[in-house]
Amino acid sequence: MQDFLNAFFSLDIISQAWPILLQGFWVTLWLSALVIPLGLISGTVLALLSTVRSRWVAWPLWAWVDFFRAIPPLVLLVFIYAGLPFAGFEVSAVGAVALGFFLNTGAYYGEILRAGIESVPRGQLEAARSTGLTRWQAMQHVILPQAVRNVLPDLISNTLEVVKLTSIASVVALPELLFQARQAQSVTYNASPIMAAAIIYFILLWPVVRLLSRLENRQLAARR
Amino acid sequence: MAAPIVAATGIHKHFGALHVLKNVDLLVAERELVFVIGPSGSGKSTLLRCLNRLEEPSGGSIIVDGIDMLARSTDINKARQRIGMVFQQFNLYPHMTALGNVMLALRKVQGKDKTEAEARARAALARVDLADRAEHFPGQLSGGQQQRVAIARAIALEPRVMLFDEPTSALDPELVGGVLQAMRELRESGMTMVVVSHEMAFARAAADRVVFMADGQVVEQGPPASVFGNPQHERTRAFIGQIERH
Repeated sequence: MQDFLNAFFSLDIISQAWPILLQGFWVTLWLSALVIPLGLISGTVLALLSTVRSRWVAWPLWAWVDFFRAIPPLVLLVFIYAGLPFAGFEVSAVGAVALGFFLNTGAYYGEILRAGIESVPRGQLEAARSTGLTRWQAMQHVILPQAVRNVLPDLISNTLEVVKLTSIASVVALPELLFQARQAQSVTYNASPIMAAAIIYFILLWPVVRLLSRLENRQLAARR
Repeated sequence: MAAPIVAATGIHKHFGALHVLKNVDLLVAERELVFVIGPSGSGKSTLLRCLNRLEEPSGGSIIVDGIDMLARSTDINKARQRIGMVFQQFNLYPHMTALGNVMLALRKVQGKDKTEAEARARAALARVDLADRAEHFPGQLSGGQQQRVAIARAIALEPRVMLFDEPTSALDPELVGGVLQAMRELRESGMTMVVVSHEMAFARAAADRVVFMADGQVVEQGPPASVFGNPQHERTRAFIGQIERH
């Protein structure tokens, strides 16, 4: 038992690793603050494009969304970071992460928002258009607010995944939380920093998970 | 008839292989209340929805208040402000209060400032007798109240013509009266109205003209007394007989 505690929960090692874990925590935090809005912007654009009834839009959109949802995000990131320079585009580590998440996360947010838009009854758009609102104004003021509300639990769920997924930034040597924890692990030959990182993730995400279940319960209740 | 404010002529509408409007004409004079009746599938709602181009006609011409609705050069969003529409399912925006519902187009389409938009919206709600429900959300209102908010939302833009697409069909019987009362007052204020509905008693009392449609065509039209009391066509007779037995 003592060996187990020493190997996974050594307070001594955690306190030594604490400063670099904290640095990693901040990197994870600002990476999330960067990639979540990027994903939401990309997702909103994709969802709005999905309402255009032209095959010249629909087919490329379909290919785009399917491709970026199917390709593993880690592969995508490596490809952007290591592959784009061959095409003459130098990208920084942060730039590669931003682009990778814009493409991958945007495709997921886009599908969620598209489902949200489709859940709004058609009469809403007709009523808005009948009063002279343009298509875009109707989207902005009438359709999107309802769409977002209808899929809020899915959006939050996806956001949780995105925060955890920022750990793949370690492959381009961005010192986010998990990267720092593994550095500390390899120096100390001890798993405690990893466990500490897990606890930090938990403390960061647990309130969001709670909020999510409350929202889901409320939506279930509203449907009854 | 004076120069019509609504002149739809030779309207055709195809949905794929289905030919739902076959060369329909509908002329409406200013201040006239026209009732369009007919069995379901007769194309009456489609005709109404063509008038403000919620439905794109496959052929024909539609002039409303001097504006060629089908011309490419027509700003459809501008033209639609002159044509209010009320829907069977109300279609209020559930995330906005009654006041918010009425104010949206005043603000975003007509560009009125907040104070003026709110004053106009409150006046429109007062006209449908809902001044005291302005801060309620649609979910907190009865169906009849929701439909009256929908009427307020349309008349706040000061349209020249109002279109009603089965405005009372989704309502419990005891809530129909309030909506018809709001329509009656609108009529008395001189609004031009085209109403698709099965409210025969209201049609008899208030309509200037009844248009009977079947199979995508206008079969017969005239004053309510003659269409209801002395229908000329077999289809009309059968339909009126059916409706009156209910």
